[in-house]
Amino acid sequence: MLLSQGEEPARTAGHGARRTVDEVPATASDEASRDAVRVAGSERLWSGAGTVGTGVVWGLRATGEGPPHRTAADLDEGAYTCGCASSQPPCPHALELLALHAGDRPVLRRSAEPPAWVAEWLTGVRGGIAADGAPGAAAGPGAKVDDGAGDRARAARRRADRRAGRITGGAQDLEQRLTDLLRGGLAAAQDPGNPLWEETAARMVDAQAPGLAHRVRELGEVPASGAGWPARMLEECALLHLLDTAWLGLGRLPAPLAATVRTRVGLTASAEGPAVRDHWLVLAQYDVPDARIVTRRVWLHGRASGRTALLLSYGAAGRTPDLALPVGSVIDAEVTPYPGGGRLRGELGRRFGEPYADPSPPPGGTTADALAAYGRALRDDPWLDAWPAVLGEVVPAPAAEGWRLVGADSTALPVAGPALSRPGLWKLVALSGGLPLTVFGACGHRGFEPLAAWPPGTSDGLGAREPVALL
Amino acid sequence: MSTTQTTARAPMDASWEDLVTSALLGTDRRPLTAESGDPAGPAALLDLAALHTVRRRAALRPAIGAAPPAPAPADPRPPLPAAARRRLAQLLADRSAPPGGGRRGTAPDLTELIPQWLASAEAHGYRAPAELLPALLDAARARTDLRTHVLAFAGPRGLWLAGLNPEWRFALRATARGAHRPDTTDPEAVRRLWADGLFAERVALLGALRERDPGAARSLLAGTWSTERAEDRLMFVDSLRAGLSDADEAFLEAALTDRSRNVRATAAELLSGLPGSALAGRMAARATTCVNPDRTGDALAIAVEAPHECDTGMERDGVVAVPPSGHGERSWWLGQLVEATPLGVWCERFGGRGARELVALPVADGWGGDLHAAWCRAAVRQRDPEWARALLGTPSTPPANGPGTASLAQRSTLLSTLPPAERSLWVADFIAAHGLSEAFQLLGVCPVPWEGPLGRSVVDALDIARDAGSYPWSFSGVMGLAERCLNPAEAGRLDVLTTTPAEPEGASPGAGGYWSEAFQRLVSTLRLRAAMDAELAPGAD
Repeated sequence: MLLSQGEEPARTAGHGARRTVDEVPATASDEASRDAVRVAGSERLWSGAGTVGTGVVWGLRATGEGPPHRTAADLDEGAYTCGCASSQPPCPHALELLALHAGDRPVLRRSAEPPAWVAEWLTGVRGGIAADGAPGAAAGPGAKVDDGAGDRARAARRRADRRAGRITGGAQDLEQRLTDLLRGGLAAAQDPGNPLWEETAARMVDAQAPGLAHRVRELGEVPASGAGWPARMLEECALLHLLDTAWLGLGRLPAPLAATVRTRVGLTASAEGPAVRDHWLVLAQYDVPDARIVTRRVWLHGRASGRTALLLSYGAAGRTPDLALPVGSVIDAEVTPYPGGGRLRGELGRRFGEPYADPSPPPGGTTADALAAYGRALRDDPWLDAWPAVLGEVVPAPAAEGWRLVGADSTALPVAGPALSRPGLWKLVALSGGLPLTVFGACGHRGFEPLAAWPPGTSDGLGAREPVALL
Repeated sequence: MSTTQTTARAPMDASWEDLVTSALLGTDRRPLTAESGDPAGPAALLDLAALHTVRRRAALRPAIGAAPPAPAPADPRPPLPAAARRRLAQLLADRSAPPGGGRRGTAPDLTELIPQWLASAEAHGYRAPAELLPALLDAARARTDLRTHVLAFAGPRGLWLAGLNPEWRFALRATARGAHRPDTTDPEAVRRLWADGLFAERVALLGALRERDPGAARSLLAGTWSTERAEDRLMFVDSLRAGLSDADEAFLEAALTDRSRNVRATAAELLSGLPGSALAGRMAARATTCVNPDRTGDALAIAVEAPHECDTGMERDGVVAVPPSGHGERSWWLGQLVEATPLGVWCERFGGRGARELVALPVADGWGGDLHAAWCRAAVRQRDPEWARALLGTPSTPPANGPGTASLAQRSTLLSTLPPAERSLWVADFIAAHGLSEAFQLLGVCPVPWEGPLGRSVVDALDIARDAGSYPWSFSGVMGLAERCLNPAEAGRLDVLTTTPAEPEGASPGAGGYWSEAFQRLVSTLRLRAAMDAELAPGAD
């Protein structure tokens, strides 16, 4: 769902803040340009590339001979410029740039300010006059020139409405398919050759609702998940139904819940102040690979605020995301939360000073505290599978089925299924040695997924007490 | 399209099971009845199911705790320095990485360094980091050659952890030094474990007791000997090998009449290692009727008259009557008699001549090979360095012309009876004289790291092989050994060899480049080993 992020209706402008990779070639004016976009590996030809705001991208495109082309695009305005001789904007180089932008490639540096040549060109585009003689000012016929902020806002709203309309169409379609499924019975979904899910997921991608598409694909895997699948299937169908009906009734929802629904459906939002400055302890950092993209998840605990925050960072498949914060280090930094989803996700802002190591564990709660926090979080986001929690003083214990984390009060949380087959489980057991320790992880309806642990206190005073990453 | 195709609301009190049944069979076939009495449609069912789902998730309660495992025994060893811990994690991570495939290139082969790293860490007496225990046990599970070191390093917590995961059961079977040693100080506990224990526990108990009090171990074994199963008796009698003394003779002599042939053979072998034993005397008596001084010629020689039959007495003393195919009966019997005869007997028999003189004597009628091979086995069995030296001869003599044996396997076992420093010197001289092509097995018994003359010999021989223009993979076995065994201090001397030399005439094409690569790998491996050792030094943090 990450690559195909669309714009949030309220703040979108132009041709979309970020198009999907698949979508880019659709605007290519001829077959040759289309091929050019598909040339993977064009990334290394770019230098000095960057992006500012949501829709301005630029870069220097090496050509093999002569100086590189200066290429830039203003997606808000649908304007392009390039030093090449192509007569049909967007030229292949501009399309490459769009593909890089859509793929969130690391070669594009986020900047506060565009370089002078881009700024000059933008002035020309946005000021309504394509300044003659400005460097690379070949804003072609594709450059739409309008005459004021009012028009731009109106255009943005029109585009947002268009996308919302598509999603609504998709949601209605999905609702129809779900009710048809329930009318005929879930037993039909067990048929392994059933193309329903792939086809429905593709329909949701068309409707620009990647969040719905993702859930639909996961739904397709439930029938093969072993005993008790009909109950799990009904749960997931019901939650998907809840999500698409929530979208269809978005206007009647309170603002925070509406933000959650928008995020869940697959619209991107941006972090909104106020930023929280704190000494953030890094609880966990791990990568979730996908076919096209690696998502790095970093969990932070605010030493002063007590807040938990999740940072996401992306890298192209096979590449390490840029953000690297080792478990157990502390950064003095500002984190700005994103709307929706209980405001868990944050964006790392300004950092103050160097990170330092702090081996002391975060304050932990009981098993009941962890479940209660999950229950509370469901009020803000009923689609949550799990919520972060620090368990203090738990002992991993083998049970009839899998493992449990047993608290001092003899209550326990089962270790979640997927975590049972990971090497991290045995690291946790080895670290504990049968003694209570502090564990950070995600607590949800499937159990507890341990992500990091702090070793038990040692009376001999020997040895480091550094936290150990479990994933 | 409308989202509320069915306006009738599903009954709020429908149970989750009702909902699942209706969903599974379909609302057309199995409708829920709405509060109004009308059948509720699929949308109403989904509404209600969503409510159930979120309500259930929001109201989850902790389970009742399972019984935690008993805490792991304390491990008083000091923790690893941080750099060494990172290194171990890296070595173990590399092990599980898929092999690069193809040529080895210039990078060190990290997996080959794990045993060495473990041995040094163990020598320093460090405690294994808890979080790396799973990876250590996985490594030992895949590679049996790592097990002893891993289990010693993993210590009590490693064993505790292995008890919780069936995949690591091997750790419980193995009786690693210090890791799983039964307590032998309480006679009552010993008696109880010996009476009721599992086979592996009893073997471990017997071994531990034998180490502390050989006589007590023998008595324990004698007490139940007649009731033990044959294959168990074999393992038990073999455990007397440790701390063998004349005090064991009576017990072993009795075992010569055991029902099991393997037990008899083992007892006979052990007795022949006791030069003062009655069996050794009987074998000497038989052997000396076959092997005698021959004074008929101008010079003293050795006359051999191999046995013509294998009587029941010989069989009782462990002589195997039927030779393996391709072996003559008489030479087979002769070999066994000489092998079990105390070597001192021959010096007496030949007028006080020493081993070196005896080995140099001509042997009549082509029996030399059989006689010398039997002496080699006897020297190894009786751990007699004097005879081993004589049978090895001088290292510069070509193997085919030397005394004793030309077999490299036999030579390496002979070498292993010599003091370690002497072994290295002998092999160094051997390599200086004959090069590396036959040195692999002999290098295997030399103490590591290869110091002084041995290290120089190997490096010089590699240099010569390179100049001769052959390909380095003809020496890949020795190269691999050198990477692991050369003293890291040699790295400096090797640097000059890493350049690509001009190809000598008649050289294999491209060999120079491959040699340069092989030497670069050798140097980088030695440097890495030096770094590993430095990280493990106490106070390295």
